[in-house]
Amino acid sequence: MPDISPFAASNVSLARRAWSIRRHAVRMGAVQGQGYIGQALGVADVLAVSYFHATSYRPGDPNWEGRDRFYLSIGHYAIALYATMIEAGILPEEEIETYGMDESRLPMSGMASYTPGMEITGGSLGHGLGIAVGAALGLKRKANPAFVYNLMSDGELGEGSTWEAVMSAAQHRLDNLICIVDFNNQQADGPSRDALATTPEAPKWRAFGWHAQEVDGNNIDALREAFDTARAHDGPQPRVIICNTRMCKGIPFLETREKTHFIRVEPDEWAKATAYLDQVSPP
Amino acid sequence: MNDVSFGPNSRRVSKFQPRQAPANSHATSAMIASLDAEGRETITAPFGEALCEVAAKRDDVVGLSADLSKYTDLHVFAERFPDRFYQMGMAEQLLFSAAAGLAREGFTPWATTYAVFASRRAYDFICMAIAEENLPVKIACALPGLTTGYGPSHQATEDLAIFRGLPNLTIVDPCDAVETMQATHALSESPGPTYMRLLRGKVPDVLGAYGYKFELGKAKLIHDGADVLFVSSGFMTMRTLDAAKALKTDGIDCAVLHVPTIKPLDEAKIQAEAAKTGRLIVTAENHSIMGGLGEAVGASLMRAGVAARFRQIALPDEFLDAGALPTLHDQYGLSVPQITKRVKAWLDA
Repeated sequence: MPDISPFAASNVSLARRAWSIRRHAVRMGAVQGQGYIGQALGVADVLAVSYFHATSYRPGDPNWEGRDRFYLSIGHYAIALYATMIEAGILPEEEIETYGMDESRLPMSGMASYTPGMEITGGSLGHGLGIAVGAALGLKRKANPAFVYNLMSDGELGEGSTWEAVMSAAQHRLDNLICIVDFNNQQADGPSRDALATTPEAPKWRAFGWHAQEVDGNNIDALREAFDTARAHDGPQPRVIICNTRMCKGIPFLETREKTHFIRVEPDEWAKATAYLDQVSPP
Repeated sequence: MNDVSFGPNSRRVSKFQPRQAPANSHATSAMIASLDAEGRETITAPFGEALCEVAAKRDDVVGLSADLSKYTDLHVFAERFPDRFYQMGMAEQLLFSAAAGLAREGFTPWATTYAVFASRRAYDFICMAIAEENLPVKIACALPGLTTGYGPSHQATEDLAIFRGLPNLTIVDPCDAVETMQATHALSESPGPTYMRLLRGKVPDVLGAYGYKFELGKAKLIHDGADVLFVSSGFMTMRTLDAAKALKTDGIDCAVLHVPTIKPLDEAKIQAEAAKTGRLIVTAENHSIMGGLGEAVGASLMRAGVAARFRQIALPDEFLDAGALPTLHDQYGLSVPQITKRVKAWLDA
C-alpha cells in the first residue's frame, strides 16, 4: 500500500514524526504540569504511522469530505492527538502554550466542538466504536471510499457497548472500519489484563468476525505493515489492529517509573524530558 | 421473609398471600396494546406513515431500531424503504451511537426503541454522542409513562425527568395520531436532537375536531373555561378534554391548554394563561410527579411571580403495578373519573 497521507512526498521519516509527536506532547504536558503523557508517549508511533502514512486528509481543510475519519474514542489521549495534528499542520504549533488553559482550543479531554480535526467528543469510554459503525454505514450509503479509524484503549474493551459495536460491524460487513486498540495494559486501577481485558485478544476479535492483527505498537515498520494489511485486506470483515505499546516509550527515566495510569512527573522533569528528546532526535 | 417493596398506591399487598382474580378483572395490557379508543376514530401507525411521507421527499432520512421496529411502527418505514432501514440488534447503546455516526455523515436518523431503554440504558450515549454534539438524531420511543401494564421494566414513568436535564434536546409528547404525524414532520425539519414519546398501533384521532395544528415549541389553548385551567401533555390532553366535558355537566367550566413540547417549554403562553385570575391550575401528565410537565410548569409560574392555586395530576413516585391499563389508569389517577373526582374535591376544599 502506498503512503496515502498528505506527506507522501515528504522525506521526513516516520521515526522523526513519532519523535516530534512526543516532543510536542511533552511541551504541552509542561504547560499544565500534568496530562496523560505516559499514554501519549506510548501511542506516538501508532499516531505517526496513522497520520503520516495510512490516513488521507487535507491539513488545511479538516472537514474535507474525502478524508479518512479518525475518531479518538479515548478523549483522555487528546494531548497525543493534538501533538500529532500540530505535526501535521492541522493545528498551529504556537497553541501548544494554550494547552488546557482557559479559552484554549486544546482542552485536556478531546471534544469535537473545541478543536479542528477532532472528529468526535470522546472521553466517556466505549463510545467511539459505536459512532464509527454509524459513520461507516453512512460512508457506504454515500459510496464514499474513505475509511473510519477508531482509536481506543484496552480499558475500553471492558465496556459492553464496545462489544455491541464489534458485533454490529461484522454483521454489517464494515470493511471500511479500522479499529486501533492501544494496548498498554494500564488502566486507572492497575493492569487492564487484571480487570476485564483478558487474553487472548486477536482470537477474540476473529471469533467475532473481524480481521485481526496484533503488533508491537512501538515498532514503526511493523505498524506500517499492519496498517497496509488492514487497508488492503480483500474481505468484508472490519479490521482491528491491536497495538501492544509501552507507557512512556521514548523517555527512559519515565519508562522505568512505576506504572500508573496518570503518571506523576515532577516539575523539573518536563524540561529534562525535552532535553533528553533533543539529544536523541532522529534524522 | 423479605417481601418486595411497593408504594402506598400498589395492589401488591404481599406476594406471599395467595389471591384470586377479582370479578371484572381485565387481562394484562402488554406491549402491543393500543391506547383505549372506544368510540373514537383511529389511525394505524401514525408515526410510521408520517415518516414515510417525510422519507419520500428526503433521501437523508434513515431509520434504525434495536429489535423493536414492529413495536414502534418503524416497520412501516422499513417495508417501504428497506435499504434505508438499519436493524441494529438488541443493542441500545449501539443504536444511538450508530445514529450519531450516521448524523455525522449528513443523514437524519430516526432511531426507535422503548422509552425505558433509551432513557435508562442508553442515556450516556444519547447525552455524549448525540446531544453534546447537537446532532440531528431523532429519537422516537414507545411505551412512555404508563402505556403498558407489563410492569416497571417497560413503564417509562420517569423518561421526561431524565431527558429534561439534557441540554440541546427537544422533547415532544404528542396527544394523538394526527399530532404524532405533524410532530414527525416538524421534528424531521428541526436542526438538533429530539425525543418524541410515541403512541403506536391504532392511535385515536382527537384534536382534529378542535381545528388544532401542532407547532414545535407552542402550547395551545384548545378549550377555554373560567373555573379550571388544565395544562396537559400527551394523551392526558384527551383525558382533560373529556374531563372538561364531564365537569361541565356539574357546572364547572374548564379550559384545556395543551403543551406537547415539554422542552423548550412555552413558558410565555403558560404564564399568560395561568395569570388570568381565579382559575385552579391543574397540570396533567402521563409521567411521574417528579421532574415532568407539572414541576416544569410550577417552577415557571414561580419564576414569573404568577400566584395561583396549583395541583398536579401525575403518576406517583412509585414503581407501578402490572395489570390492565384501564385498571392501572384508574388506580393511579389518570382516568377521566379520577380526574373529575379530584378536581371537584380540590374546588370544594
